[in-house]
Amino acid sequence: MTAMIELESVSKRFMKRLDVAEKLFNLMGGDVREQTVHAVDKVSLAIAEGEVVGLVGESGCGKSTLGRVIAGIHPSSDGTVRFKGHDIEKMSHAEAKEWALQVQMIFQDPMSSLNPRLRVRDIIGEAPAFHGLVKSNELDDYVDDMMLRVGLDPSFRRRFPHQFSGGQRQRIGIARALAVKPAFLVCDEAIAALDVSIQAQVINLFMRLRAELGLTYLFISHDLGVVEHLSERVVIMYLGRVVEIAGTEELFARPNHPYTVALLGEVPRIDRRGQTFVPIKGEIPSPINPPSGCHFHPRCPHAMERCRVEQPMLREIAPGRYSACHLNDQS
Amino acid sequence: MASNTPTLLVEDLKTYFYTKAGVAKAVDGVSFSVAKGEVLGLVGESGSGKTVTGFSIIGLVDPPGKVAGGRILFNGEDITGASEERMRRLRGSRIAMIFQDPMMTLNPVLRIDTQMIEAVQAHDKVDRKTAFERSRDALGQVGIPSPEERLKAYPHQFSGGMRQRVAIAIALLHKPDLIIADEPTTALDVTIQGQILYEVQKLCRERGMSLIWITHDLAVVAGLADAICVMYAGRIVETGAIAQVIDQPLHPYTHGLIGSVPSHNRRGQPLAQIPGMAPSLLNMPQGCAFHPRCPRADAKCLEIPGVTTPRQPDHRVRCFHPHAGAAA
Ligand SMILES: Nc1ncnc2c1ncn2[C@@H]1O[C@H](COP(=O)(O)OP(=O)(O)OP(=O)(O)O)[C@@H](O)[C@H]1O
Ligand SMILES: Nc1ncnc2c1ncn2[C@@H]1O[C@H](COP(=O)(O)OP(=O)(O)O)[C@@H](O)[C@H]1O
Ligand code: SF4
Ligand code: SF4
Ligand SMILES: [Mg+2]
Ligand SMILES: [Mg+2]
Repeated sequence: MTAMIELESVSKRFMKRLDVAEKLFNLMGGDVREQTVHAVDKVSLAIAEGEVVGLVGESGCGKSTLGRVIAGIHPSSDGTVRFKGHDIEKMSHAEAKEWALQVQMIFQDPMSSLNPRLRVRDIIGEAPAFHGLVKSNELDDYVDDMMLRVGLDPSFRRRFPHQFSGGQRQRIGIARALAVKPAFLVCDEAIAALDVSIQAQVINLFMRLRAELGLTYLFISHDLGVVEHLSERVVIMYLGRVVEIAGTEELFARPNHPYTVALLGEVPRIDRRGQTFVPIKGEIPSPINPPSGCHFHPRCPHAMERCRVEQPMLREIAPGRYSACHLNDQS
Repeated sequence: MASNTPTLLVEDLKTYFYTKAGVAKAVDGVSFSVAKGEVLGLVGESGSGKTVTGFSIIGLVDPPGKVAGGRILFNGEDITGASEERMRRLRGSRIAMIFQDPMMTLNPVLRIDTQMIEAVQAHDKVDRKTAFERSRDALGQVGIPSPEERLKAYPHQFSGGMRQRVAIAIALLHKPDLIIADEPTTALDVTIQGQILYEVQKLCRERGMSLIWITHDLAVVAGLADAICVMYAGRIVETGAIAQVIDQPLHPYTHGLIGSVPSHNRRGQPLAQIPGMAPSLLNMPQGCAFHPRCPRADAKCLEIPGVTTPRQPDHRVRCFHPHAGAAA
């Protein structure tokens, strides 16, 4: 099977922006400078057609950045991205356009990603009309179809985004993405901002659309329960690097990387009672100045001398299972 | 004071917002109690009235909002209409609140030591040195490494998780009897959330501190709390011990919530979903506020259900047709 998307040693670097506390501090005469962030550091990854891959990691580890590179929103700083076998840097104009339409991103905050001045009909219909995917006399029917598909009443088509609930707005965002007939959806924390009782509705919608349209998904989430529920394969990131890739069942049953082990141990679960919480020690280190060798070594209970100096490479430890930890060299 | 006096007793609390568009009954007849050393989880979706309940207890409801009815007893003392002076004495010393955003507690332009020493001296007449030592110990207690050094830092030099821990340390400075924590870990990562849950749990176990943990995350509450109150549209619809409510939910809303959480054994299958969405406070359905979304609703539900205890005396529900108690 051809890979839908293939990354080879892809990196993305940024100049770090200042956060609110830092800006306030500077306003009061402080001096906090901007620095380079290695948001994504030599990531290689392939996602097959029709696959659902979950991407997990702590805040700031580079999940959204990786998702944006894949969706073509950010150019990568280094490395090769291939869409259906074609290097995106060497694509013809027509191929690049196909890529832009076939890969759609769905964001966390449905409100800020929808133009508040457009009616739902125009939000959903604009792109397919512009790209000539639908004839103008068929556009209204097409929009109605899209709305029905995501469970929105087409009689709401003249409303504005603010006239909908959070869950409905997320459906509008999904309908807008589907309207250009994509093959691949990158969902970045797409249910995180929704109420608990609404999350299940949207999760079910994603699963139904996959069955109906044969979509491929990259599902970015910090909620391990949701990732476990939806994904066939899971990718774990730590400070810009992929540290483990495994089939979902395998990963949750037998995590290999010490970071994955710790992460799974932290998840509150509804079937755990009187849980005694045992924390991973230490803070998430800064991606501006990451620890040497294995980035996880200051927090790792198994860290050895070698971990401080030598970066463990992501390698196949069993068929289809990858991990980046020196412990795998010892057996 | 009898030892069985609960740390907090809330009876029929009503907090209303008198807005131009009408009266929003954000909290409408809420009753619960928290015993010494007990952890109570207050769960509900956004807008259900959790934060307003917390603000009502510490006396921070601002106009157009107002506590319109009911009683709040803290260690047996009625603080419902207490003077601002009395509430200021209690806040930060006997009752503390931790907010979702730690910058609600922290001042971005002051060093942590300045802020903490000030917080100590606001309630205790001690010298700077003692205040400094107490601040340092409090930071150590919430797991901040090299606290003496970190005290000299400004808030922006900490990560989000560290800032939240500083805010918790400030809340703990006077060893309060009650902490109200309003979604303090919602914005944090699981690993950092785990660290904070660990510290807070230790304090309740070791010090007999009472805790109200406000969240929309049932899974966190299941692991942390002793008892749980489930709120919907300004009312508590179900309350009881964790095992009672989570293993044998009575209310259709609780039932739906639990069924909608992804779990191990139903991987890849459609989740049970609650149809529709929460009502607006200004446009509440008649009778049971849940009826437009409830699979068990009938004509009776156009009246407001009272509190009943169909299974066990301390497992209360507001519903005409509660579940028999099969697991969700
Ligand atoms: N446009 C940008 N300019 C500067 N720095 C950025 C930019 N976008 C991301 N970063 C930095 O890159 C790193 C990775 O960010 P990214 O948003 O990919 O993280 P994430 O894993 O999605 O985190 P979260 O779980 O919080 O969404 C962070 O340190 C972030 O501050
Ligand atoms: N200052 C205010 N003016 C009017 N309505 C308010 C105000 N503060 C809160 N409310 C309303 O009270 C209800 C409960 O809010 P809140 O307690 O913050 O909910 P949550 O359960 O999410 O913490 C919401 O409908 C909210 O809109
Ligand atoms: S390489 Fe070393 S520090 Fe890194 S995860 Fe493995 S054992 Fe731990
Ligand atoms: S009172 Fe009626 S509508 Fe309300 S929860 Fe119970 S069965 Fe449902
Ligand atoms: Mg992100
Ligand atoms: Mg709130």
